[in-house]
Amino acid sequence: MKELIFLFSTTLMYSTPLIFTALGGVLSEKTGVINIGLEGMMTMGAFSASLAAIKTGNPWLGLIAGGLGGLSLALLHALASIKYKANQVVSGMAINFLGSGIAIFLCRLIFEGTSMTPPLDLEKKIPVYFSQYATVYLAFIMTFIIWFLFNKTVLGLRIIATGEHPKSTDAAGLNGALYKTFGVLTSGFLAGLGGASLSLAIVSNFRPTLISGQGFIAIAALIFGKWRPLQTALACLFFGFSQAIVIFIGGREDFHFSSQLLSTLPYIMTLLILVGFMGKTTAPSALGQ
Amino acid sequence: MKKFLLSLLCVISGLLFGALILKLSGISAVEAYKVMWEGAFSRPSYIAYIMIRSTALILTGLSVAFAFRTGLFNIGAEGQFIIGALTAAYFGCAFHFSPWLQIPLVLLLSTLTASFYGGLAGFMKARFGVHEVISTIMLNWIALYFSNFMVMTEGFHKPNTETSEFINPTTSITFLENWKVSDAGSTWLAQHDFLREFLRPPVNAGIFIALICVIIIWIILSKTSFGFKLKAVGFSPEAARYAGINVNKKMTQSMMIAGALSGIAGATHVMGVSKNIAILAAHEGYGFDGIAVSLIGSNSPFGALLSGFFLGTLKYSGQKIQSALEAPSELISIMIGAIIFFIAIPVLFEKSINKILKLILKNEGEN
Repeated sequence: MKELIFLFSTTLMYSTPLIFTALGGVLSEKTGVINIGLEGMMTMGAFSASLAAIKTGNPWLGLIAGGLGGLSLALLHALASIKYKANQVVSGMAINFLGSGIAIFLCRLIFEGTSMTPPLDLEKKIPVYFSQYATVYLAFIMTFIIWFLFNKTVLGLRIIATGEHPKSTDAAGLNGALYKTFGVLTSGFLAGLGGASLSLAIVSNFRPTLISGQGFIAIAALIFGKWRPLQTALACLFFGFSQAIVIFIGGREDFHFSSQLLSTLPYIMTLLILVGFMGKTTAPSALGQ
Repeated sequence: MKKFLLSLLCVISGLLFGALILKLSGISAVEAYKVMWEGAFSRPSYIAYIMIRSTALILTGLSVAFAFRTGLFNIGAEGQFIIGALTAAYFGCAFHFSPWLQIPLVLLLSTLTASFYGGLAGFMKARFGVHEVISTIMLNWIALYFSNFMVMTEGFHKPNTETSEFINPTTSITFLENWKVSDAGSTWLAQHDFLREFLRPPVNAGIFIALICVIIIWIILSKTSFGFKLKAVGFSPEAARYAGINVNKKMTQSMMIAGALSGIAGATHVMGVSKNIAILAAHEGYGFDGIAVSLIGSNSPFGALLSGFFLGTLKYSGQKIQSALEAPSELISIMIGAIIFFIAIPVLFEKSINKILKLILKNEGEN
């Protein structure tokens, strides 16, 4: 029983940053804008959250600052890909370099040359309710909100239409660029929250290696989840669960299995699932245009 | 010509953007660029280090560029690099042949394994419709953990360290490695300042291997019907299929070649510079830098060569502003990001490029 609880809570903990970020990716890609810059936006979010929490002493302000940090980079991506019709993949890659570059650059300027922020005191971290960080609950609430947005609101339908068939939204007299901008900016905000949920909850500071690939795993999760909010969140839970298993088995002495080999399992599983069960991908038709 | 001008303008804008960032941070941009310039070119050993650094960048850049030409985004250069490095380190330890057999053999094996690894992503795309971005991201992590696992295996693991055993000296492609430290060598070098300085870093054959690869890839892309077909697939898979090209096969082949190039990058790194591999906590970024190289070089072989050297220079000399001026060396990432960002928006520079081209044409007309 104790083991199960451990697995369960570790899964939730590690899924949270992925859920925020992948949902962000869904929002952007549903409007037709590829966002491969999630990784950079997460890094920026993780840093600005940590900075704000240190300066204000309030984790919630830190969380919002994290979102805004991600959003600031998303502004660039929106400008390039919507206003200037840039190559979205290239612009997204630029965001990745800019995100980690700017975050660590600022960190060194502000914290006397070190690339890590000083650790947060316990009361400056995101509070824990029922032995889970508040961000975990927030991630699930966010999943529901975005599900609701796409399935029950006019805005959601319009977003989908923009990504599937831009001409139809044009014909309906809607401003496609506006929905695209909304999608990209919220994706930045959410990726920022994802980064913040790492630097404010799972660990207690920002460091250069904190975001190492989660942004790309989030992209994998959203493709895995076929661009649908609930399935995407489930895919994130799957990645979180695999991580939890690795930590769980790695910590047991009676079980002799290379933790390194074990770590490859989630990725091999993902490939196998994609090969075996995915069928044709169902990306928004006008993605990247 | 137009593409070259565009890249050049983007690079200049990126450098200016870097200057702006420095100015905003209260650091003298002139000083910083001076430190970087001198840190790159003022001594023979610096130039040698830049050559060494650029080798892997040129090769991974070439790998990404090649896949791009077939319309595939190879994020997997990172993993293919790891597989190449692992293979080179493993067989470099296991085999004890003379250098004439050992070096080509190890290089060939690394190329083959990495080619297989890259081809896997191409095959999954062609056969099962799995997007190469997601499959290569997964393959990068699998490569990393598998390499870590292999480093720790009996016989290959160097006891009490986080690294593998060193490769046999016969696998080394470092120039004059033994002679440099021998009595005769050091006496001779003592009288020849330039070469002594130049040979202090592990200067190796990697850069020549990279050059050969650039030429081969250029020939494939612009002189063979195979390359033409690959590019046709890149321009429009539907049109290519209609023209009777086996698109699926071309995708797999393209990724195999891309994987081979990244694998060679990893192998030359092990055989020429590091001589072993270590446990990796996170990706080292060779593959991601390769994407930058490819984009700045407008996805062409010679573009990758130039931008590989450029990025190698930036990355090497950029470290030096940290100690000299206490300016964060992440400035380099910001500059690279800015350059790529400008490259994403060619419309920004269209007017100025047309103006410049007009000027050049006018001058040629007058002559």
